[in-house]
Amino acid sequence: MKAHLLYAQHDFDFDGELPPNSQDLIQDLGLSTLFESMAQGDKFILDVSKRVMLTSLTDSEEITYRQHILADCIAYPEMARRLYEITVTSVRAKKGLWGHRSSHFPSSILSGAVRELEMFVGLLKQLRVLADGFVGQVHSDGFVTLFRSLQTDLDDEYFATIDRHLKRLRFQDGVLMSAELYKDNSGTNYILRSPLDIKLGWKERIGIGPRSSYTFAIPSRDEAGANALSDLVNRGLNTVANATAQSADHIESYFSMLRSELGFYIGCLNLKEQLQEMNQPTCFPVPIAWNNVELTFTELRDASLALRAQGPIVGNDIDAAGNMLILITGANSGGKSTFLRSVGLAQLMMQCGMFVTAESYRANVSTGIFTHFIREEDASMRSGRLDEELLRMSTITDQLTSHSIVFFNESFAATNEREGSEIARQIVRALLDAHVKVLFVTHQFDFAESFCNRQNGNVALFLRAERDADGHRNFRLVKREPLPTSYGEDLYNKVFLSSSNPN
Amino acid sequence: MSQSERDVTQTETPSLVRNLSTGYDSPVSLNNEVADVETTKPSSAASTPGLFGSLLFEQSCDAEHIEDQNSESFVSDLNLDIIVSAIVAGQRDPGFVAKHFYNQLHDIQEVYSRQEIFRDLEDQTLLKALKDFAQNILQVDIHAQQIEKMQNHYQKEGWFLDEVAIYCEAISVLSARLNSCNLRSKRLNAFRNYLSDYVSSDEFVCLNIETNNLKKILADIKYSIRIKGLKVEVRRYEGESDYSAEVDKTFERFKQGAVKDYQIFYPGRPGMNHVGTRILELLARLFSTEFCALDDYCLQHVGFFDENIRRFERELRFYVAYIEYISPIRLAGLRFCYPEVSQESKEIFANDTFDLALANKLVSTRTPVISNDFYLKGLERVLVISGPNQGGKTTFARTFGQLHHFASIGCPVPGTSARLFLFDKIYTHFEQEEDPANMNGKLEDDLVRIHDVFEKATTNSIIIMNEIFTSTTLNDARCLGTKIMERVIELDLLCVYVTFIDEIASLGETIVSMKSTIVPENPSERTYKVVRGPADGLAYALAIAEKYHLTYDLMRKRIIS
Repeated sequence: MKAHLLYAQHDFDFDGELPPNSQDLIQDLGLSTLFESMAQGDKFILDVSKRVMLTSLTDSEEITYRQHILADCIAYPEMARRLYEITVTSVRAKKGLWGHRSSHFPSSILSGAVRELEMFVGLLKQLRVLADGFVGQVHSDGFVTLFRSLQTDLDDEYFATIDRHLKRLRFQDGVLMSAELYKDNSGTNYILRSPLDIKLGWKERIGIGPRSSYTFAIPSRDEAGANALSDLVNRGLNTVANATAQSADHIESYFSMLRSELGFYIGCLNLKEQLQEMNQPTCFPVPIAWNNVELTFTELRDASLALRAQGPIVGNDIDAAGNMLILITGANSGGKSTFLRSVGLAQLMMQCGMFVTAESYRANVSTGIFTHFIREEDASMRSGRLDEELLRMSTITDQLTSHSIVFFNESFAATNEREGSEIARQIVRALLDAHVKVLFVTHQFDFAESFCNRQNGNVALFLRAERDADGHRNFRLVKREPLPTSYGEDLYNKVFLSSSNPN
Repeated sequence: MSQSERDVTQTETPSLVRNLSTGYDSPVSLNNEVADVETTKPSSAASTPGLFGSLLFEQSCDAEHIEDQNSESFVSDLNLDIIVSAIVAGQRDPGFVAKHFYNQLHDIQEVYSRQEIFRDLEDQTLLKALKDFAQNILQVDIHAQQIEKMQNHYQKEGWFLDEVAIYCEAISVLSARLNSCNLRSKRLNAFRNYLSDYVSSDEFVCLNIETNNLKKILADIKYSIRIKGLKVEVRRYEGESDYSAEVDKTFERFKQGAVKDYQIFYPGRPGMNHVGTRILELLARLFSTEFCALDDYCLQHVGFFDENIRRFERELRFYVAYIEYISPIRLAGLRFCYPEVSQESKEIFANDTFDLALANKLVSTRTPVISNDFYLKGLERVLVISGPNQGGKTTFARTFGQLHHFASIGCPVPGTSARLFLFDKIYTHFEQEEDPANMNGKLEDDLVRIHDVFEKATTNSIIIMNEIFTSTTLNDARCLGTKIMERVIELDLLCVYVTFIDEIASLGETIVSMKSTIVPENPSERTYKVVRGPADGLAYALAIAEKYHLTYDLMRKRIIS
C-alpha cells in the first residue's frame, strides 16, 4: 500500500538533503514568505512544503499528476483536511505508546509491536470509511487509486486475519524453533516454527530404537541457566519480533508518508485561500517538455510580494517563446528585480505541481532552476566580493546540466564595467551554447549590448524597465534594447528634488 | 548403553585436540609490534627444489638484516616520516612494513625488480586478487587466536575446521586468479609457480577435499529446540513451517521502503554458555557419526599452514601499502611513473612531479595539487631555488628528495616521467626551529652539521639545503653560502639549494637557477610553481575567472550536456 500522492509511481524522499541550490533560491526568490503562508504556523507543513517546492519536477506529466490532485483538494477541502487529521492522529497515538524500539530483548520488541499494531488497525478502519465515502467524488488519478487500494487491501476479512495473529503472537504454549550449526558448532539461524503434532515411532516409544530427542531441564536455582534459556528464547523470537515490529513500522511509515504528502497539498490549500482573499489571480500553468523553448504569460505577479504587499501590485505580460536569453535593463527601481523574481517563483511553483500567481502561464520545464543574485550584505568587502560571486557561480556550474535555467541579478558588477562585462559575457555565452536558459538583469551596457548583434540574433529578448514621459516608473517592462545609461539620475532627481520641491 | 548415549566429553578424545591451540603457529601479531615470527622459524621451503624466495630481495635472507634508518635527519626534513606513517597506517604489522620504506637500495637490479612487481600490480585484477588473499589470511590468523580462548571441545574443532576452510579457499582462489593474470615480474612468476605446485600437491588436495566434505556434513545438520518454562527438548528438525514468514506475509501489503532492522545482533562468538554446551553435547549424541568425523579430522591437520606462503603474504604488504597510499592521489588525476635509475649519469629529470605528503593532504580536502618539472643537462648539477616566499620553494626541495628516495626503494614516483640518480646517501640540511636566545650557537651548530655532511658525502651523494644561514648577516650568509657552494661544485654531486641570496645562482656553469612564482595581483595565493625563468602575470579579471574555471572554454567543459 502506497500513498503516491506526489508521484504516480514512487514515494517522495522526505529524508534526503535539500538540493544544493536551495539556500540561494530561498534567499533570492523570497521563498520564506511563501512557506510561512502555506504553513500557517504548522512547522511540519512548512518543512514538507519547502522540500516539495525545492525538489523540482522535470517531467510535465508528473506536474499534471499533482495539479489534478490539488484540484481535487480545492474542490473537496473538508475531505483533504479530514484525511490529514487521521494521519496526524496516528503520529500522536504512536508517541503515547510505550516504545519497543530501543529494547535489546526480542520478547519486549514483540509485545510492544503488538500493541502498536492494535492501535494502527483502528485508524486503518477510519481510513477505509473515508475512502468508501469519497471514491465516487474525486477525479484525479492519485486520489482514485488511493481510495480504491484502501477498499481492496483493507477488506473485512483482512481485518479478521490480523486480529487472529495479534492473539497468537502472545505465545502462551512455549516456543518451538529450528536451528543449525554455526561454524563454531554453536547454534545459529534460529527460526520460530509453527508446531506440528509429533508422534514417536513405536520402537522409540518402548526404548529400543534410536532416540530422536533428548530433554533436560534447568534447575530452578540455576539463575545463569535460566538467563541463558531466556536468551535462547529471545533468539528464537528474534525474526518474528523483527517481522512484527517491521510490520508496525511499515504501517507507521504508510501513515507518515500519507501525512507528509498530504501536508504539501494542505499547504497549497492554505496559500490558495489567502491569495483568494487578496483577490490575486491564480491559475494552473501549462508545462511544456524541456526540449522546447517556451515562456509566455499574462498578468504574472511575484507571489511572495503579493502576500506582503498591502495594495494592488502590477503584473507583467511577455511572450518569449524561442528566446534562450532574456536581458533586462533599464531604470533603477523600475521593477526589474521583482520581474525576475516573479518568473523564478512561477517556474518553481509550476515545477512542483502548484498553481502560479498569473492569469496564464506557459513555459518549458527546466532540468534545474538556479539563481545568482547580487548580495547586498557583501557590499562592504569590496575586494573579496568578485571572488565570492565567482565562487557562487562556480558552485552553480557544478550542478548545471543543459536545459537548466539561471536567473542573474546584477551579477559580476563588483569590478569595473569592462572587466565585469568580459566575465559575464564569457559565462553567458558558455551557458547559451550549452543550452542553458538565462534571464539576466544588468546595468552593464557593454555586456548587454554585445548580445544585440549575435549572428543568430533571435536568441535574445530584451526587456527594459520603462519610464513615462514625466520620468515616473510604472513597473511594467517593455520589449526594448538596452540603452547606454541607466536611470540613476532619475532616481536621484526623484528622491532629492521631489522632497525639496513639492511642486 | 545405546550408541546415542555414548559419552562425548573431552576425556574420551584425549589430549590431541587440546593441542590444537599450541600445536601449530598461530600467533601472528595483529597489533603494531614488529613480529619476528619468520626469523625464528627455519624455512621449510629450503628442502623444496625450485622454491620461492622473497618478494623484496634477490636473497631472501637480506630481508632480515636491514638497518633502521628512520631516525636520520633526511627522514623528517623530507617529510618521509609523515608519508611512511600514512602508508603503513592500518596495515598489519606496520613496523615491519615501515622498515622497508626507509631502507634505500644501492643496486639497480634490485630497484628494477621491485618496479617490475609494482608494474604487475597495476593490473587491478591481480591487485584485487592479492588484497583479497591478504584479507583471507588475516581471517585465518584471527581464527587461530580465537580458538585459544574457547572452552568447549566441539566448538574449538568447529572453528578450526573453519580456519582451514578459509585457508584452502584463499589458496585455491589465489592460485586460479594468478593463473589468469599476465605476470612479467620474475619474483611474482616464481611465486605463482610455487603456488601452483603447492595447490596440486597431494597434501593440499586432500586437505581441501576433506575440509569441504566435513563442512558440508556439519552444515546439513538441522535440529529443533522446544522450550517451555525451564524445560528444553532437542530433536531432529521435522519440517515445521516458519512462523515469522506467516506474519510477514500478513502485513506484506504495507511494505513501504527500507525500515529499521529490529533483529538483535547477538555477539559472543566465539564463546558458549552452559546451556549451549548442554545442547551441543546432546547434538553430538543425536548426530554421533558426524561429530566423530570431526574429531578425526582435527587430529590429522594440525600444522597446515605453508611457511613460504606466509612469507609471501607478509612481504606483499610493502607493495600493497604503497599502492593503497597513492591510489587516491592517482584518482585525483595525478600521475606516477617508473623512473629510470642510473648510477652513472647525473642528467636527471622529472616531469609533472609533486610533493607526496602535500598531495596526500590536499587530495583529501579536494584541493588541487600543483606539479613541477625539473631537469639537469650536460654538466648541470645544482638547482638553486630562489624567489618570493610562500611560493613553494621548500616543497620543491622536498619533492626532489622524496623522488630520489622513493625511486631508490623501487617504488613508482610522482610525475609523468623521470630519470633519477641512484645515490649512495641523501643528506639534508633544513633550517631548524629558531631559538632566539641562542643566535650565535645556531650559526655554529649549522656549520658543524654542514661540515659533518661534507665529511661523509661522496660524488654519488645528494645534498638538499633549505634556507641555511638565515640567522646571520647578509654579508656573512653570502660569504658562507659561496664557500659551501664551492664545495658542492668541487664534489660534483647533485644538490638542491634553497636560498634568498641571488648571487649563489651565478657561481658556476653547473648551477641552474629556478624561481618560485606567485600571481602578482593576488600575492596571498600560493602557486607552488617553480620554474626556470621569470613569472608573468595575467590580467586580473580573466586570471580570477580562470581560477574559478569560469572562462568560456573551461565552462563549456564543465556543463554536462
